[in-house]
Amino acid sequence: MVMQTLPALTEASVWRALEEIPDPELPVVNLVELGIVRAIRFNADAVQVVITPTFAGCPAYEVMSEQIRARIEQEGAARVEVVVRHDPPWTSEWITEAARAKLKAAGLAPPPRHTGNLIQVLLEPVACPRCESTQTSLRNSFGTTPCRMIYTCNNCLEPFELFKPL
Amino acid sequence: MASPIADYLLALADDELILGHRASEWCGHAPILEEDIAFANLALDEIGHARLWLELAAKEMGEDPAKYPDQQVYFRAPDDFRNSQLVELPNGDWAFTMLRQYMFDAFETQRLDALSAVNHSGMAEVAASIRNEELYHLRHTQAWVRRLALGTEESAARSQAALNALWPYAQQLAQPLPGESQDVPSSSDIFDAWRNMVVPFIEECVLIIPEVSGFIGDRTQHSDHLAPMIADMQEVARVEPEAIW
Repeated sequence: MVMQTLPALTEASVWRALEEIPDPELPVVNLVELGIVRAIRFNADAVQVVITPTFAGCPAYEVMSEQIRARIEQEGAARVEVVVRHDPPWTSEWITEAARAKLKAAGLAPPPRHTGNLIQVLLEPVACPRCESTQTSLRNSFGTTPCRMIYTCNNCLEPFELFKPL
Repeated sequence: MASPIADYLLALADDELILGHRASEWCGHAPILEEDIAFANLALDEIGHARLWLELAAKEMGEDPAKYPDQQVYFRAPDDFRNSQLVELPNGDWAFTMLRQYMFDAFETQRLDALSAVNHSGMAEVAASIRNEELYHLRHTQAWVRRLALGTEESAARSQAALNALWPYAQQLAQPLPGESQDVPSSSDIFDAWRNMVVPFIEECVLIIPEVSGFIGDRTQHSDHLAPMIADMQEVARVEPEAIW
């Protein structure tokens, strides 16, 4: 039997593979650019992927762990451990500029930058991802997933969702 | 292995779980679609928070964090729950639901603030990570409480009736949680901070805070409303304990 030889796993190749995993609920962005994957470690017998889940009640988190395990095994890892770390807690500040642009292109307003002051940023106007108007109204602080809320644009009259700053 | 910290974490989890289950009862029944979505989200968040506390309790007990939360939620007897009575009361009308959720969300933000500074590996981190989510709950429920209290004659009357019914139960939050030691913030201090936060708001809503007499009891005592709710919550799991989802 001929064993297929896979190229040796490196930290960079694991990061690249993880960048191919779309978020289960927001498939336009991947787990790395959302800031969910925090670190990669190589143990004697396993590849450890450290993740920080976004919202505590997010039902996508178990699916993510499974996808990570499957994808890195496919890269040739004999064993993959997904380790959950809550310290420091996930924040929308970790979402990269590239991911913010992709969210916006998909019609989802990216989370406003808040540098820790969440209460202040929630008082500021939100720009419509389609027409850029800041004449928008909050319709519901809760949306179709734990990380979104619903707005309407008073200029182009389209409804849209905002990724919650956290 | 039982430990005071595990008992304490279990009480934190039970408050979240029971309120989360009550919130989920609005799913499909809320007065408007937006609120149906909002309460489904509130429920998901609170139950998610309960899971985080239970996973931490599992580590303290040397139990499997993957299995322990479900065991505690689905196979514990109602008498063993350590939630406050405030969160187990039936939803009542919309004014009651909103005011109860507001009162508890406000208490929780105070408790989480205090817990974020605790010197315990895991507890402070979990508290910090769920605190910002609670800010969204608080903002939402606060807006509704104000809207109802300052709305029509009927909504104001219902808001006052809700406050009269809920206020005595809220006093129970001042009592220490099971396992509450000097290593964790005192419930009575958190309660004082909570009072300083909610009393001015309630007065701004032109509601009158009722006189309280009597004592609800500690967290080992429950109203008659808890057992039927737990039976409902555990029904499916108990029919098929080995089922794989």
